[in-house]
Amino acid sequence: MSERHFYAQRRKEPLVPPPPLPPIQERQPISTESEWSFELIERYNEEIGKIAEEFGLDTYPNQIEVISAEQMMDAYSSVGMPVGYNHWSFGKHFLETEKGYKRGQMGLAYEIVINSNPCIAYLMEENTMMMQALVIAHACYGHNSFFKGNYLFRTWTDASAIVDYLLFAKNYISQCEQRYGLEAVETVLDACHAIMNHGVDRYKRPAPISAAEEERRQKEREEYLQLQVNEIWRTIPHKHEEEEHKRRSQKRFPEEPHENLLYFIEKNAPLLEPWQREVVRIVRKIAQYFYPQRQTQVMNEGWATFWHYTILNRLYDKGLVTDGFMIEFLQSHTSVIYQPPFDSPWYSGINPYALGYAMFTDLRRICEHPTEEDKRWFPDIAGSNWLETLDFAMRNFKDESFILQFLSPKVIRDLKLFSVLDDDQADEYLIEAIHDESGYQTVRENLAKQYNLSNRDPNIQVWNVDIRGDRSLTLRHIPTERIPLNEDVPDVLRHIHRLWGFNVHLESVQDDKVLHRWNYPPPMLSEEDLLQD
Amino acid sequence: MGTSHIIDRRLNGKNKSAVNRQRFLRRYREHIKKAVTDAVNKRSITDMDRGESISIPGKDIVEPIFRNGAGGRRTIVHPGNKEFVSGDTIPRPPGGGGGSGGGQGNASPDGEGMDEFVFQISQDEFLDFMFEDLALPNLMQKQLKDVDNFKYVRAGYSTTGTPNKINIVRSLRGAYARRLALTGNSRKKIARLEQELEELKARDDLNDPVFRREDRIRELEERIAKLKSRISKIPFIDEFDLRFNQHLKQPQPSTSAVMFCLMDVSGSMSQAHKDIAKRFFILLYLFLNRNYEKIEVVFIRHHTSAKEVDEEEFFYSRETGGTIVSSALKLMKEIIDDRYPTADWNIYAAQASDGDNWNDDSPRCSKILANQILPHVQYYAYIEITPHEHQMLWYEYEKLLAQFPERFSMQQIVDAGDIYPVFRRLFQKQVHHHE
Repeated sequence: MSERHFYAQRRKEPLVPPPPLPPIQERQPISTESEWSFELIERYNEEIGKIAEEFGLDTYPNQIEVISAEQMMDAYSSVGMPVGYNHWSFGKHFLETEKGYKRGQMGLAYEIVINSNPCIAYLMEENTMMMQALVIAHACYGHNSFFKGNYLFRTWTDASAIVDYLLFAKNYISQCEQRYGLEAVETVLDACHAIMNHGVDRYKRPAPISAAEEERRQKEREEYLQLQVNEIWRTIPHKHEEEEHKRRSQKRFPEEPHENLLYFIEKNAPLLEPWQREVVRIVRKIAQYFYPQRQTQVMNEGWATFWHYTILNRLYDKGLVTDGFMIEFLQSHTSVIYQPPFDSPWYSGINPYALGYAMFTDLRRICEHPTEEDKRWFPDIAGSNWLETLDFAMRNFKDESFILQFLSPKVIRDLKLFSVLDDDQADEYLIEAIHDESGYQTVRENLAKQYNLSNRDPNIQVWNVDIRGDRSLTLRHIPTERIPLNEDVPDVLRHIHRLWGFNVHLESVQDDKVLHRWNYPPPMLSEEDLLQD
Repeated sequence: MGTSHIIDRRLNGKNKSAVNRQRFLRRYREHIKKAVTDAVNKRSITDMDRGESISIPGKDIVEPIFRNGAGGRRTIVHPGNKEFVSGDTIPRPPGGGGGSGGGQGNASPDGEGMDEFVFQISQDEFLDFMFEDLALPNLMQKQLKDVDNFKYVRAGYSTTGTPNKINIVRSLRGAYARRLALTGNSRKKIARLEQELEELKARDDLNDPVFRREDRIRELEERIAKLKSRISKIPFIDEFDLRFNQHLKQPQPSTSAVMFCLMDVSGSMSQAHKDIAKRFFILLYLFLNRNYEKIEVVFIRHHTSAKEVDEEEFFYSRETGGTIVSSALKLMKEIIDDRYPTADWNIYAAQASDGDNWNDDSPRCSKILANQILPHVQYYAYIEITPHEHQMLWYEYEKLLAQFPERFSMQQIVDAGDIYPVFRRLFQKQVHHHE
């Protein structure tokens, strides 16, 4: 895929939707009870796989694992990593999950699926047979084909290597713990987690992770990295030191602002031990692995939900499931795609399942039964082959661009979307646009913006390092629309200070004017205060 | 098209998060210890066999990251419009509202982390944290937590086991039955053949060799021999016959114990003194709980006179005035005579005081102890909770040490960490006893 990923991908062979099935004379369901068994899972999976093939879904091989509720909580709390290194924060997640689950406040996600090759999907043993079939269709064919097809995943992650890499990371970190002590490792991990969201190259394509490579080159890297770092910090006196100094002090380091804080620290922090650099690298690589997921939530869930709905309906049309199965299924499906209105006590933002499912379903409708409105808004796709169009959309977009491209007036009307302007300089909220002719475009653009990660994560970059002087690191925050940073800043700076080893500054800068400046350590603190830290 | 592979993982990899949970507890140990301390103060000393709910302020547990705060200018798209049209304005709700983020299904970052983070620790973990305060060594912690005093009770027979557990009678009976069953046919045949043979041999009128049917006799004899050899090939005892005595481990607390808690509640004993004493009593209770089926606890408090009270009053009511320790000892002796005959009860006692006593009373105390109490008790521990110089009582008690080295111990305690030495002797005795 490499550098040409921005060219749209299309499949070589055309996709032809399977013809509708004739009405069933007599149903021959695979099973009639709600109890599942391994034989039944196998049977359902076989039939679901056949249907996925009829629709041309291209997937990695599936590895379906049946696990207990407790194991599901485990998987949940390690944020979906099948093999995670140990860290207290995962224990915290586990306690939260466990508490919610035991009190019945929260159902467990009925599935977790890992972007790996083979694609690992977990089925919970408490599920009914219907749920297992639903999860298989959703995860093993929906998410799986998304992982394999979507350009972000193809560019940023290497599905065949991730499990091995995570294993390498876990082992490496546990070795470090033995060698340097839990405390020392925890300190580095805590600090890295604090800037994990700023550990990704947003615009540059990274090299995919490869575990074998990692291991082979890790030693080599250790030595090389240290050399490089020493090079930056070399302080051999020069003849024309004065002039030299002047010239240099005008030039910043790095010359261009650097958006990947973890990368910059890994390569340039003056005091880190080689093992600490490796730990920074591990967190960075994992952040990179999850980066596509954060950008394709709506699409990924929408795609998987669209396909579990389509596949199970066809299973029904083939007479392979009972009416009871379908009723139970529709009930689950309906609750998955429920979107509480903004004034409901259950409202907590837009449900990505609901939005994504509505969009893919409507996309199909636009292809199959276009209206005059659709022909005006989507001249290229109205009336086209729906399977090809959906496949194209799945492969070549992320949430932001997907919404910008495909959010139709009908979906805006169905969800009754409206856009509110919240300006702290105004006394009131302003309804900018609603679901009407004059508002569609604005709603669409604003919703797309809402899914732009660079709007969600504040824009913070490495601005300068005082190489000749006190070695302090200066970060720059460029606010979007005057939105300030939250109150975590001093704590995050303290973490960065632990990695960098010298003073850390952060400036909020707008139009070359420094609006706010944070320093760590704060200038008031004495040496003793620092030692206590 | 990919293939699928279905795996049953339910049996492996349970408790993957146990390590992470431990890490979490380790990180927040200060919070947890404080919660445990509070719980110990609130709970009854007989109520240590459950976990505790721990609550940590949200701000202490949040993982900081760079995020957008409230303010600035932003647009948010919401679903479910009812009556708004574009251009409408809505008054800003108090407290900022609107939030930040972008409505991604997560709680707004501003509100997050302000709640208490509440979770449960198990009884084991609860005791761990409590013991940590008391500086108990691991062996003793383990002993207090485990019911490792087991008795083996018979629980029928099994077909597997170690040679030392073979039940000979059962095994041989089984072997005999098997032999009977396997040889039945052959023996029936032998009986038939032998009868025929006898009949043939018995016909003396057939002395004539021609009629005697020598060949038939030989044939019968051969067949009998063959059948007998077949029978002899059936093994006398087979692995299949072996039966083993099966035993089940059952926790075995031995009968009953009574625990006397004696405490000085005169004006000089502060609440801090009492809290240390409470921990001491808890330890003793846990220790007894492990060893005895039934435990009764008697609380005796005293200043110038002694009184039997309930736990609440024991620990938390305040008294003023002087101190006469012997009053408590006398009362204890009376209660023993009255309700706890030494034949039926193992008697333990723990006395806590700040060492203050009316001087003339101290020799009386040691005398009562030596003559009337110590001969009947398993163990008597005296703790003196004071950072100051000892007084008369201490020196009187010291004389008892030599006389009753096995069952009397005493210790000066300044903080909770000093409690352990008093217990050490008791536990050593216990370990020894087990061997």
